[in-house]
Amino acid sequence: MTVKEIIEKLGLQCLNEANLDTEVTGAYASDLLSDVMGNARSGQIWITMQTHKNVSAIASLKDIPAVILVRGSQPDEDMLEHAKDEEICILVSQDATFQVCGKLYALIA
Amino acid sequence: MHYTFQIERGNFTDAGQASSSVKRTLKQLGVAPANIKRTVVALFEAEINAVAHAYGGTIDVDIDGEKIVMVVADEGPGIPNLDLAMQEGWSTASPKVREMGYGAGMGLPNIKKNTDDLKIETEVGVGTTVTMTVYLV
Repeated sequence: MTVKEIIEKLGLQCLNEANLDTEVTGAYASDLLSDVMGNARSGQIWITMQTHKNVSAIASLKDIPAVILVRGSQPDEDMLEHAKDEEICILVSQDATFQVCGKLYALIA
Repeated sequence: MHYTFQIERGNFTDAGQASSSVKRTLKQLGVAPANIKRTVVALFEAEINAVAHAYGGTIDVDIDGEKIVMVVADEGPGIPNLDLAMQEGWSTASPKVREMGYGAGMGLPNIKKNTDDLKIETEVGVGTTVTMTVYLV
């Protein structure tokens, strides 16, 4: 399933259109950045409520095509700028982590 | 090839620039993706450790056909108990650093897992030098 299809099926707000046709291989949900650094895999979507610039830095380093911010969280300005530079798709869900994970699991697991 | 980067105390905004730059270089050199991944995870963690704990420092990266050697040297408080610091879950990070999602005590274990060779020299009240090697062949 592509990033674009996930945006449509989960009704996500898209703040930076990038990697829309990239095939998503899974997802990783964590607010601990070293956990993501150590355990997320490239091609996965990252679900988090962290909104600072290091999120886009880590997504870029780990080849994570898209980040879903939960509970309507908005990215810090410099996180969004960095995501634009590094071509990371930034998405916002009004749902909490549990609901986002559940919906995504039903779609791609 | 040799690259040097500066580390500024508490500057999380620019943290990751060294890792990002090294990643681009390794890609251009055609280094295997698995080795690029290991290298950037280790370097990013070391960079964050220095930003979070030290008063400033430098990152030196040397790349040749056989290996990548990364030296992160800081002036800082040093690590009083290295055995504890290497334990997953142990952290002395400040509440501010923890709020950002760091301080889970996974940094040094992540570095160890992702490098072939890890040397940590530390002196309390002086600083810490972390030398990480990733072999390419």
